[in-house]
Amino acid sequence: MIAPLLAVVRRDLLLALRQRGDVLNVLLFFVVVVTMVPLGVGPELPILRMIGAGSVWVAALLASIVSLQRVFAQDHLDGSLEQLLLSGQPASVVVIGKVLAHWLVTGAPIALAAIPIAVLFDLDTDAAATLVAALVLGTPALSLIGAVGAALTLGLRGGGVLVTLLVLPLTVPVLIFGSAAVQASAAAMSAGADLLLLGGLSLAAAALAPWAIAAALRISLE
Amino acid sequence: MLEATELECTRGERRLFRDLSLRVDAGQCLYVAGANGAGKTSLLRILAGLLLPQSGAVRWRGRDIARAREEFGSDLAFVGHLNGIKDELTALENVRFAAALRGADASEAAAMGALARMHLADYCDVFARHLSQGQKRRLALTRVCVADPPVLWILDEPYNALDAAAVESLQALLDAHLAAGGMVVLTAHQQVAMPSGAHRLELNPGHGQAAGRGES
Repeated sequence: MIAPLLAVVRRDLLLALRQRGDVLNVLLFFVVVVTMVPLGVGPELPILRMIGAGSVWVAALLASIVSLQRVFAQDHLDGSLEQLLLSGQPASVVVIGKVLAHWLVTGAPIALAAIPIAVLFDLDTDAAATLVAALVLGTPALSLIGAVGAALTLGLRGGGVLVTLLVLPLTVPVLIFGSAAVQASAAAMSAGADLLLLGGLSLAAAALAPWAIAAALRISLE
Repeated sequence: MLEATELECTRGERRLFRDLSLRVDAGQCLYVAGANGAGKTSLLRILAGLLLPQSGAVRWRGRDIARAREEFGSDLAFVGHLNGIKDELTALENVRFAAALRGADASEAAAMGALARMHLADYCDVFARHLSQGQKRRLALTRVCVADPPVLWILDEPYNALDAAAVESLQALLDAHLAAGGMVVLTAHQQVAMPSGAHRLELNPGHGQAAGRGES
């Protein structure tokens, strides 16, 4: 079961490498959105420190949704999705492989890009480290929840808007705990509880989402 | 053994067929014939488990395929209208991934052997997007015969876009598979020779019922 999962991850990473423009666009989108905030709000450092974490999380959420269209749409268009679901492997294994690859090319780079972004919002070292940790722990939940929406709207006209409407409300807890962790750290308080909750959300999503995604994909293929 | 009983399929408001039963045993080929819109593709997708029938059941080795997805999937090779290959991967990478996904031998040697059978060995390092339609179809068919092929092949219009040499290669591949005890269900619009002993199932559009039964 591990070998087919790794095969899916390897294939999707290779495809991302050969379509690196798509991946870079998502990262660029994240950076552009988050850098617009200081330009719009102004250079007041106390305000930037206060809104920094929330702005980064909102940008990460939007970037994640923008990239969700890629997860299953291309496989659906070229018939690869049928082959993945008829491969004899549990559909949940295939789905986990695809979501893991999606996180590696969106969530992980966003977490890394947050390091220089933290400087933009005048976050201190502890708060910046917490921001990166929170993104590492929380973005898997964004990929998993988002993939459910992407699978449900696969092949639908206006699916992109529907994904946004479906996914955004479900990701509110990730947004709240992700921002709260950084704000706690900036206030010299422990961010442990918020980070644990973020990890818990990602684990819960990892336990439940693959089955929902697999069922949604089967429905979409009919 | 693949067995379908009393299948009914409706697309939109239109009933394609009902009370359709068929059976395919080891070494047998079922050729599903019929005009456009008769329900051939829908039938094949039902048999592959991609489409749920309105009523009826499909069984593989006596078990409902909806309850034995992994077992059925590991015995099935499906080639639909879409080739299911990635344009950004080379022919060799496409075949090796297909084998790895099935948990079969994904070595370069095994993949090259399969590509050679469909006369694609010279194109192993070519990105699929640079292949012609016929070559892409051959690449899709290469997937079914790579390393320890599954026993049941469901092929929807496999001869589409193939040239005469590729048609002969596919026919030889089908004959060898059937001789080895494999099973084949296919559709074709082209006037090509079906494997000897192939059973024909005729679907009639708009009649709502299959004209013949595929049982053998």
